[in-house]
This record gives sequence, C-alpha cells and structure tokens, in this order.
Amino acid sequence: MATGSARKGLLVATLSTLVVAAFVAYTIGSSPAWPEVQKAFFNGRYFSTSLPAVAEAFTINVRLFILAELLILPIGLLIALARSITTPALAPIRIFATIFVDFFRGVPSILIIYVLGFGVPALQLDGVPKEPFFWALVTLVLIYSAYVSEVYRAGIESIHPSQERAARALGLTRVQALRYVVVPQAMRRVIPPLLNDFIGLQKDTALVSILGVVETFKQAQILKAASFNFTPLMTTALIFLIITIPMTRLVDRLAAKDRNAQLGGTR
Amino acid sequence: MSRGNARTAIGQPARMAVVLMAVAMFVAACGGSSASVSPSASTDTSCAPESLALKTAGVLTLSTDNPAYSPWFQGGNEGAEIWIGDYNNDPVKGQGYEGAVAYAIAEKLGFTTDKVTWIVTAFDQSFAPGDKTFDLFMNQVSIKADRAEAIDFSQGYYDVAQGVVTVEGSPIAGATSIAELKGAKLGTQIGTTSYDAIINIIQPDQEPAVFNTMDEAVAALDAGQIDGIVADVPTTFYMRDAQLSGGVIIGQLSGTGDGAEQFGVVLQKGSPLTACVNIAIDALKADGTLDALLLEWIGGSGSAPVIK
Repeated sequence: MATGSARKGLLVATLSTLVVAAFVAYTIGSSPAWPEVQKAFFNGRYFSTSLPAVAEAFTINVRLFILAELLILPIGLLIALARSITTPALAPIRIFATIFVDFFRGVPSILIIYVLGFGVPALQLDGVPKEPFFWALVTLVLIYSAYVSEVYRAGIESIHPSQERAARALGLTRVQALRYVVVPQAMRRVIPPLLNDFIGLQKDTALVSILGVVETFKQAQILKAASFNFTPLMTTALIFLIITIPMTRLVDRLAAKDRNAQLGGTR
Repeated sequence: MSRGNARTAIGQPARMAVVLMAVAMFVAACGGSSASVSPSASTDTSCAPESLALKTAGVLTLSTDNPAYSPWFQGGNEGAEIWIGDYNNDPVKGQGYEGAVAYAIAEKLGFTTDKVTWIVTAFDQSFAPGDKTFDLFMNQVSIKADRAEAIDFSQGYYDVAQGVVTVEGSPIAGATSIAELKGAKLGTQIGTTSYDAIINIIQPDQEPAVFNTMDEAVAALDAGQIDGIVADVPTTFYMRDAQLSGGVIIGQLSGTGDGAEQFGVVLQKGSPLTACVNIAIDALKADGTLDALLLEWIGGSGSAPVIK
C-alpha cells in the first residue's frame, strides 16, 4: 500500500539530508582554520592510540551506572510513595521526602560530589568508606533518586483518580489500591522517562573523574594533556554515543508503542 | 492514513542515513590529518620591540592559569581583581620563579614593567587550536615532542625533578626507596608529567588517582584517600610548608631532573616571537640571571634526597 509515495518520500528525505550534510561539511571544511581544528580534534593517529585506553576505562563508567540504576529505581519509588502519603501522623516522612527531592534536584551534581567525595572522608570516621568510587555512587544515587521519584510521582498522579476509587470501592485498602491498581499502570507510563533519566545517569558517570578516579573521561583528559591534542575526548564521545544512541531509539519506540496502546487500536 | 504510513516508512532509513553520514564525517575528519604542515618558526632575528608581532601593539601580553601557585608565583594578591582568594598570587607582582622569569624575559625583549600585561588562560585553552589571546604563556608546562605539534615551546627555563610528598602516619611516610612506594595509592594533578613519572618510574601496583587540581590531591591526601602526592619538587615543598598538616617530603625520584624534563614558555604555533624568546632565555642563562632567580625563589626551599 502506498509504496509509490513511500519510495518518493524516501528519495526526498535522502536527497535533502545529503544536501544539508554537504552544505555543513563544505562550510566547516572551507574555513581556513579547519586543517588546524581537524588536527587538534579529529586526528586519526590520536584516535587509534587513545581508543584502547579510553574504552578500557569506560568499564568503570559501566559498573557505576549499572550499580547506581539498580539502587535508584527502588529508592526513587520509595521516595515517590513517601511523598504521596496523606496520613497526617506520617507527615514527617512526607516532609522529609519533599526536602530530599528539593535539595538533590536543586544543587548542581558537581557540588554534591565535591562535598561528599572530599568532605565526608576527611571526617576520618571509622568504618566510613573512603573509596572515591563509593562516594561517586552515593552522589549519583542521591541525585537521580530525586529525579526518578518525580518521574514516578508524575506517573502515579497521571492515573485517573477513578481507578483508585474503584479499587477502594471493591474493598481494597489505600496501600493495596496503590500496590495492585495504581502503581502497575503508572509503571508502564513512566518507562520512557525513566530510560531518559538512565541515559542522563550514564553521561553523568563522568563526574566521578573529579574524585581522581581514572574513568573514561579522565583517561581522555590525561591523554589530551599529554599530547595537547583533543582527539581523545572525541574518542570518549564516540563511546558514549555507541551506548546511548540505541537506548534513545529504544525510548522512542517504547513511547510510540505506549501512544498506540493509549489510542486503543485506532491505528 | 497513507501519509502516516509513508512517514513511518521513510523515517527509519532517513534516520539511518543521518547516522551513517555522521559516522562518515567523523571518519573523513580523522583521515589525512598529516596533510597540513605548520610554518616553521621564523628565523628573522629582528627582535626589537617595535618590530615584534604582538597581540596588542607595544604591549607584551603574558599569561598564566588562575590560581597561580607558589613558588612559581608569589607575593600574594593584594589589590588583585583576577587572581583573588587565599594562597593565590597576582603575577603582576613579578615574584616567584616564573613571575620573575617572565619579567626578566620581557625586559630582555625590551619591555619595561609598564609595557607588560597579564591575562588568564586556562591550561587547556593554551593549546586549543586557533589564535591565542596571549603572547607568552608560562604555567609550568613541560616540553614534550607531541605537545610541540600543537604549540611552540621556547627552550627550557627550568629543569624539572619529580618529588613525592606525604603526611605523617601515611603507610609510605618512612619510605626511602621506589620499591617501598609500589604498594601505595599515589595521586597527582591531571596534565602533569608527574603522572608520567608515577606510571614510568614508580610503576605502582594500584592505579594512581588523578585530580583536576593539586588542591584536590592535597584534600585527598589529608582525608587519607591517597597515600602520597607526586609533583615537581618545589611544589612538594610548598605543599609540606603551606598546605598539608604534618607534611613529609619523601624525596626526589631518580631519573628526573638533570635536564631530562624542562619547563618552557608556550607560544602560538609558528609564532615569530619564539626565536626572540629563545634569544632572551639564552641571554638570561649567560648573564646568570636565571641561576640567581632560581636561588632566590626556589633554591632556599631545601633539597630532597634521591629515591632510587
């Protein structure tokens, strides 16, 4: 069906993309300073020498974002639920959760990692870890739990109140209604924004470099400073893209699927 | 209906085309980088102040990073607007080894103190491609062949030796040999040749910690996150005397010093000034100025035993 117009569309899309790409390439390439910029940022020699070291250091980032995400997902949900508590006696929990979210969403991550990563170990408390990796993990979990809790909360609040009332009418308690009716529906809706935050988390693992850990960004910086050539940073950018682009596509697809499901078969 | 279908049908290949094009551009951008040849330093030895190509006519624009650390820059920062904060130093004072050498070079080039101006340049900016905003950049930059592809170096004005500093109670506090440092968690600042010294000379069992500034390395040593810091010897003395509580100098790494590594002035690649700065440094070496400044600003800080 409609293959003719599809083929024509494809042709137009390809052509216009080519024209734009050619224009951009020409504009950049015709700049008299381009050879110098190319040598400094896209240098084949430094690309191939930096790739193994930068890729190996990336395993630290991977460990960090996987561990962090495993902690963030449940903690974020707990905070979201704490914020939706309406029982007056439990108000302190709600207030604490609100302050937590306000604080960790409001302060730049880089400042939190400084204070926790350098400040807490300096207290020299027995039994408190000094490992920078540990404090980087703590920082990312705190910040992203705050973000993710808001995603969950938005998801929970997007479920029509009639759902909870119907559940209550069937004799479920408020907790049961949340557990069996509201949260499962909310979950489906929040998966795309959660993945979005997961991508943000992956990129923010570069923050651990501040604490002296030689992860991929720091490794690239070391190589850059040794050679006065910026190509190793481009190598790292490429590695991040290889991980994040498929994930972005997955988010798009899930969002589209969700949209279709919402429309209930009107395709 | 059919429009909707058509859009999904072309969306996928079009996006693929964009990705492919981006990859192709990156690969193309990486190729043929040896094609450009930078002009070699001018051999024109006319170094009179009025015939020099300067950023600002008649004024020599000097530059360093902010903060400016002792003993390279000294004299504090009273009245400073840029190099502010505790322990920072205003290079305008012309004190500290690099501060004094900068003014000595300026003088040899024919610029009196009032014809010299200072601007801040972040370390990374100093070697970024494009026109520089400074004439001369002095920030304890070690001369290396790879680096010289991006910028011009003057000849060396300081022989660098790498040293190790720690604090009392650290596992390496009593160390006298490189073997005793191998098990240590060492730290240093990014972009330093101290990092190379850790990797190549000490060859520790643990990956060194690499911080964005030496201040953070000091904080980490204070907090017990690392066992020691490797830095150039004058900096280790400064850390012991001013920054660390209970700081201990372990010594100077053998194989460093003796002219193996030198600090040079950074200039724009192909700058006609480079040859003139080299002549000025030659003159400062010949008339003993460099030795005298070394003794005045660094020589007094004591000597470190050599760690073998």
